[in-house]
Amino acid sequence: MSNTTTVGALDTLPRLLARNAKDYAEKTAYREKEYGIWQSWTWAETAEEINSLAMGLMALGVKPGDHIAIVGRNRPYFYWAMVAAQSASAVPVPLYKDAVAEEMAYVLDHCSARYVIAEDQEQVDKIIDVMDDLETLDGIIFLDPSGMRKYDKSKLFGYRELQRKGLDQKAALQIELDKRLSEQGPETTCVMLYTSGTTGRPKGVVLSNRNIIETAKGTCEFDNLAADDSVLAYLPMAWVGDFIFSIGQAYWSGFCVGCPESQETMQTDLNEIGPTYFFAPPRYFEGLLTSVQIRMEDASRFKQWMFKIFMDNAKDVGPKLLDGKPVGLMARLKYQLGKILITGPLKNTLGLSRVRVGYTAGEAIGPELFDFYRSLGINLKQLYGQTEASVFITQQRDGEVRADTVGTPSPGVELRIDDSGEVFYRSAGSFERYYKNPESTKDTKDPEGWVATGDAGFIEKDSGHLRIIDRAKDVGKLKDGSMFAPKFVENKLKFYANVLESVVFGNDRDMCVAFINIDLTAVGNWAERNNIAYSSYQELAAHPKVYEMIQANVEEVNASVAQDEMLSGCQIHRFLILHKELDADDGELTRTQKVRRNIIADKYDDLLNALYDGSNTVFTETEVTYEDGRKGSISATLEIRDVATFERKKVAA
Amino acid sequence: MNAIDSYVTADGRTIGAAVMEMKNITLRFGGVTAIKDISFDIREGEVRAIIGPNGAGKSSMLNVINGFYHPQEGEVWFHGKKRLAMKPHQIAKQGIARTFQNIALFKGMSTLDNIMTGRLTHMKTGMMSQMMWWGGAQAEEVANREVVEKVIDFLEIQAIRKTPVGRLPYGFQKRVELGRALAAEPKLLLLDEPMAGMNVEEKEDMSRFILDVNDEFGTTIALIEHDMGVVMDIADRVVVMDYGKKIGDGTPDEVRNNQDVVDAYLGVAHD
Repeated sequence: MSNTTTVGALDTLPRLLARNAKDYAEKTAYREKEYGIWQSWTWAETAEEINSLAMGLMALGVKPGDHIAIVGRNRPYFYWAMVAAQSASAVPVPLYKDAVAEEMAYVLDHCSARYVIAEDQEQVDKIIDVMDDLETLDGIIFLDPSGMRKYDKSKLFGYRELQRKGLDQKAALQIELDKRLSEQGPETTCVMLYTSGTTGRPKGVVLSNRNIIETAKGTCEFDNLAADDSVLAYLPMAWVGDFIFSIGQAYWSGFCVGCPESQETMQTDLNEIGPTYFFAPPRYFEGLLTSVQIRMEDASRFKQWMFKIFMDNAKDVGPKLLDGKPVGLMARLKYQLGKILITGPLKNTLGLSRVRVGYTAGEAIGPELFDFYRSLGINLKQLYGQTEASVFITQQRDGEVRADTVGTPSPGVELRIDDSGEVFYRSAGSFERYYKNPESTKDTKDPEGWVATGDAGFIEKDSGHLRIIDRAKDVGKLKDGSMFAPKFVENKLKFYANVLESVVFGNDRDMCVAFINIDLTAVGNWAERNNIAYSSYQELAAHPKVYEMIQANVEEVNASVAQDEMLSGCQIHRFLILHKELDADDGELTRTQKVRRNIIADKYDDLLNALYDGSNTVFTETEVTYEDGRKGSISATLEIRDVATFERKKVAA
Repeated sequence: MNAIDSYVTADGRTIGAAVMEMKNITLRFGGVTAIKDISFDIREGEVRAIIGPNGAGKSSMLNVINGFYHPQEGEVWFHGKKRLAMKPHQIAKQGIARTFQNIALFKGMSTLDNIMTGRLTHMKTGMMSQMMWWGGAQAEEVANREVVEKVIDFLEIQAIRKTPVGRLPYGFQKRVELGRALAAEPKLLLLDEPMAGMNVEEKEDMSRFILDVNDEFGTTIALIEHDMGVVMDIADRVVVMDYGKKIGDGTPDEVRNNQDVVDAYLGVAHD
């Protein structure tokens, strides 16, 4: 191969690529389903694709230190673009593909991006809209040309044409490329990722090669990830997790990354690929379980009976077997029979039958939900992390898996809880700095390298596991002085299949109240079975029977919250069901689907006031943003319900 | 207009010579005259719309264009030759594909299979060979499947590839029908009310696909549509019909300012 990068220290991603192209030359590195067939590229082919793109970028005049934004769904081409940018000593900046034009404009402007590598007409249109205001932006590189035949091509470049251009000028550019590659080191910036930011503008987190590679190395060893493993890349490319799983760990251990055909086919593609290493947010597992439950409710009596018999046994036995605990012979036999008849086929349908290591993170996961997957024999574990840590802060070891903790510190991570209860960590993965934001950097990372997570939590004495209570800044006090931790209550609510999202308020107030979003799939199916007609989310949400059902759920949550020593004051006194689903396009959720509670409180202050002033109904009008950025408005009269609260049972002395 | 060989559209495409010319067409069903002495042409690479109120004779016109109806009077010239009455299989082989006002798909078959039926006219191997899965049949199936997969990719319907079309929502069924027509790789594509019964978002999607088909494959398109906004946005030239007669013909702007057309649509006050 003419690629003359010396394979010495494996301290940059391009060097890992060179090693993989040599050691795993014929092994599949990327798969993508296109035209109904799985196409694949070996590591050797991957290296060639990346090198030609890197030279194409240099032919366009990309200089070391330039920022190159990348926006598209998970496709091999964009993973190559990231490493191609790095090879040319530029900094890749992946963007959320469903971000609206203004959000993109902010990031492109903030990082002074010189080029954007975009997937298709949809993304190109968004960037063209804001291009005039972006002085540093020299052009857009697009992958899929359809629909753009008539576009002014002076600032548009085709991805494949660019690769060809790079190859045409190879004689001149290869020397320069080799020079740039040799100048890179562990301190070189590997990638810049914008945090979704539950408050304020997104911040650019600068991660170095060392951050990414040290993290990948430690965590691959932790879970024995090797070249034979495979993942399905379906989570946003702009999210740090995807960067670590689909690039960091994939490059370190040489495993194969599969890309779905489209967003909608993910479940089918998952089933076909059968990954051995899988990550999904709790929301995904929740949705999957809901769909299983719905299908079981529609199944024949006999099937329901079988499902119940074997799932009850599996719930008892499955987790024990995974943890290597003793199980009786009969139960074991029944579990094996269930595996043949129920759990095995179910796992296969879910596309999870080969999963050896599964992780979930980002939000608390309900114990029943967690146990459901563990009882199927899926080694689902929890981890705790953030962008600033290159994901990993704590994770659960095999055999020490629990629903209510996030595990022990990951390899090479030190953990500390300060007096206020906030969690701090120090690790090789902790970020270099926030881009162009020394203030925030100083606030978050102290000179000794300790990084504040912004989460309140504590370490369990016996097990050494970390437990997270809530965002540190969200933890407050009710007027009577008792502790207020909204997430704690919201999570309990969200464990009900009917509740998709909830927002609890109560800081500096005399009682707690809640906004609730119902889960349209679960409640819709329930409505169908009970002959309740509805035409929209809004109509179903306002149905009195739905209110009754949710009220029962809220009361159960209150009963359970009442038992908590510290947080019994957080019981919900009044609630309403929102007339629209909270949406990232309206700024109510972050792009990673986290609730932005201050924005919601401001936007719906009329509803909040009504919850506190004792009224039974409230009229409201809300602005909504459509996917293409246009605005509309919906209005509704919402009902407010009072809920029973409970006294904490005194334990008999 | 017939005198000009080509013209340039508002968005800068050059439209070629006429591929189809209707000369003084009259079509009767018994005593009912559906089309009365209509002449117009469809030029290569253009998006030609036929509009008009209910019962104006638009669908009959489309059936004359694809050869399903043979007019009692007048001539249809296709590719510079006068077209005679044809048998159905001849109609199918002339390079004209169409979609229907009320969707005409095989409800129990998957999206993939439905679109595959659009390849029928391109298949040459015999029934025995196909049944035995022998020789040319296999290679042919693979080649045709490739075309179908490109259509699926183009219309972004990968997720419903294996879903029986009867279970699909209306908007998707319309899209599958367009897919079947495209799979035939037609020179001339006829669309009978492609946006009927769609919501705004579905209409926008469909408009984009129609323009993309025209743009990517250079397919000539003739369409009937009720939604004036859509027609004015995507058509290069418009024929307006009312009670079987042609009352206007020209660019969307010309048609919009034509008094007869305005009267036909809005009605005329009695003096």
